[in-house]
Amino acid sequence: MHAPLGDDYFNVMRSMLERERDFTPVTASIVDRHVLARGSQEKVIENITRKDKEENPDLIILTPTCTSSILQEDLQNFVNRAGLDSKSDVILADVNHYRVNELQAADRTLEQIIRFYLEKARSQYNEPLRKTEKPSANILGIFTLGFHNQHDCRELKRLLTDLGIVINQILPEGGSVTNINELPKAWFNLIPYREVGLMAANYLKNEYDMPYVAVTPMGLLDTENCIREIVDIVKSSDTSYNFDFETYIDTQTRFISQAAWFSRSIDCQNLTGKKAVVFGDATHAASITKILAREMGIRVSCSGTYCKHDADWFREQVDGFCDEVLITDDHTQVADMIARIEPAAIFGTQMERHIGKRLDIPCGVISAPVHIQNFPLGFRPFLGYEGTNQISDLVYNSFTLGMEDHLLEIFGGHDTKEVITKSLSTDSDLAWAPEALTELQRIPGFVRGKIKRNTEKFAREKNCNLITLEIMFAAKEAVGA
Amino acid sequence: FECETGNYHTFCPISCVAWLYQKIEDSFFLVIGTKTCGYFLQNALGVMIFAEPRYAMAELEEADISAQLNDYKELKRLCLQIKQDRNPSVIVWIGTCTTEIIKMDLEGMAPRLEAEIQTPIVVARANGLDYAFTQGEDTVLAAMVQRCPSNAPEQNQIEKKSLVLFGSLPTNVATQLNLELERCGIQVAGWLPSQRYADLPVLNQNVYVCGINPFLSRTATTLMRRRKCKLISAPFPIGPDGTRAWLEKICSVFNVAPINLIERERLIWDSLEDYIALLRGKSVFFMGDNLLEISLARFLVRCGMIVYEIGIPYLDKRFQSAELQLLEKTCSEMNVAMPRIVEKPDNYNQIQRIRELQPDLAITGMAHANPLEARGINTKWSVEFTFAQIHGFTNARDILELVTRPLRRN
Repeated sequence: MHAPLGDDYFNVMRSMLERERDFTPVTASIVDRHVLARGSQEKVIENITRKDKEENPDLIILTPTCTSSILQEDLQNFVNRAGLDSKSDVILADVNHYRVNELQAADRTLEQIIRFYLEKARSQYNEPLRKTEKPSANILGIFTLGFHNQHDCRELKRLLTDLGIVINQILPEGGSVTNINELPKAWFNLIPYREVGLMAANYLKNEYDMPYVAVTPMGLLDTENCIREIVDIVKSSDTSYNFDFETYIDTQTRFISQAAWFSRSIDCQNLTGKKAVVFGDATHAASITKILAREMGIRVSCSGTYCKHDADWFREQVDGFCDEVLITDDHTQVADMIARIEPAAIFGTQMERHIGKRLDIPCGVISAPVHIQNFPLGFRPFLGYEGTNQISDLVYNSFTLGMEDHLLEIFGGHDTKEVITKSLSTDSDLAWAPEALTELQRIPGFVRGKIKRNTEKFAREKNCNLITLEIMFAAKEAVGA
Repeated sequence: FECETGNYHTFCPISCVAWLYQKIEDSFFLVIGTKTCGYFLQNALGVMIFAEPRYAMAELEEADISAQLNDYKELKRLCLQIKQDRNPSVIVWIGTCTTEIIKMDLEGMAPRLEAEIQTPIVVARANGLDYAFTQGEDTVLAAMVQRCPSNAPEQNQIEKKSLVLFGSLPTNVATQLNLELERCGIQVAGWLPSQRYADLPVLNQNVYVCGINPFLSRTATTLMRRRKCKLISAPFPIGPDGTRAWLEKICSVFNVAPINLIERERLIWDSLEDYIALLRGKSVFFMGDNLLEISLARFLVRCGMIVYEIGIPYLDKRFQSAELQLLEKTCSEMNVAMPRIVEKPDNYNQIQRIRELQPDLAITGMAHANPLEARGINTKWSVEFTFAQIHGFTNARDILELVTRPLRRN
């Protein structure tokens, strides 16, 4: 990464959110005043060759960031020169950071890497690649820090295996550049998320005549559509493929997944007509909108996405399933819309969860931007048949908790007896000076009670009957002694 | 002292917005940068859930970079909206790497706009080209120095010596330090930053200033050069030893004899004995990111630990001279070798050194903490020291609570 200090915040995110056990393979070649004055050629090339020796990777990708791209240095030249001295391949990520967002950049870079290695393979080997004997597929677009990507991948593997399809390669997460030349062996490509993988899929279609399935298998209906598309492709290449997918779909939908039964059950009936707002990346926002409207009877007042570049596709997908559409990357506009509509629940990103907290509206998170909560240790896919269960749980819990809070409000809160005992001072001989009280109020609620009791205990021990700031601080110091 | 000029990781200085906007309660921080800055703030501040933050991003797009849009007009539009929505007493413009490179004339535009919209605008260049992490606070405070009044309204003829402390601390910690000085008979005239913009302290040649954090060297020089204040150079009030040295130095400048300080310090040390027992003889390695490393290392040496290495993004030897001297003195008194001090360390080389040295504890940033734990090294993530309360006698225990946590867990 050719970037100033701090731009490698990505390393922190990966290490902390994914709880990655390995060091993140990203280093920043620091851009500072010296670099601005002298140019970064030496430093960048030296860093590339150094990492080549230290880490022995197969591939080093050099990428500028917003700041360094303004410098308009000839990074391609640096890359070429570094490539001469290194054992690993060196590529420059071809992205303009002002024109695209991170999803588009990932899409483009994945395609770039795949293209690089396939062209390299083609120039080296002349024999045409043979397709695998059994039906097989590549899954493209599972990436690090992706929203529940790891779980989705596991579920997709299970789904494909159920259908009798072998997994050929999964890229990029867990994949290896040395295996990219095997990609064309598969019968087709599966692109679960629209944001990353489509460019690669199109390249493989144009160059290698590989069909792809880009229906996101989220929700019962779309999972079924996805399966049908897969089956069509497989059957057209191998007419002997006779997996009974109709029975499979039927069994999964009606018995294995509990979502359809849940939608029919009477407590889901209570959700009919409730207003919801959906916002997120194009894939997740569109799918959740359709699930809420088609499969659960919930009314989607507004559906939106921040993927402005995909606005047309998005509008087409949610047409008829929501009252209005909002395409924006300005979260304050989303906040205004939510405040105006006042839905019973929000299904959005972590930004919308913050908005929900402020407006006191429950929110289930269904898309990136993410937070540590979206990297659960347990198995929580959004795709496939298990995904339908997870989604139903998420939707139901979001609405139910809202109900719970309302009921509590009506009946005056939790066990009131406890509250009275806590707030009344049990010892009337202790008084709190005004500044000490102000200080106490500043302490976060969940610790306040403990600190109050500790201070009062200390004051009683010292025979003081007025608690001042000094006594508060002294009480804190005395904790260890 | 060494300087590796290596590839190291620390946070971008605009992170200072996270604690400064909370400290200065009537402020609004406008960060003028790109998507990258926005992503970082969204992630870093999303971790601490704030419902109504007083900061925003003015995002530079291609049209701004290629000078197709008039930057003055755009900033005016945003500032008017801020004034309407939040009505702050001051708007702080935070310049970033991008504004540096395109040489956006923020200092030129701010006074004009300030006159037009009738709200003070302070410009601070907190960019990653020049600064690291906590130095963002340094640039903001240095910029605010200019806004401090020169004279109190009720100024009388007799000019008296007064004391102003600088550095951003949670208000209760500031109160604690004020109390310590009061006990010695010294009144603190004011703090920079103050809780409200309107309460900025009076600064002139009769004012003695003293910093409470090691990364505030620019603020110190600005105070001395621009406002002719006199800087009290002392170790920083981190740990009971540092706090006593800090108080003693201030007292000596004001010609007051400190009362009971040694006894007070001893009492605190006694209260820490249970934690110190866990630390004695153990070794620690600082990879470095928040510039607090020298003070923390000095305290831990006094607790009986062995410090192998102190990585630090930037070390102002003059501003930290008293602290460095105290470190040397502490090492010789505790009979340990002076730690190796590496400026701008190379993280990769440090990891190799950690592998060889196998310290009992590594204090490191979040990019390396989990991988080091996975390799059997106990780590404490360093950012927590920036957000915990670590100053003064009262909070000494908090520091050890953090340091011993990874050791207690096992």
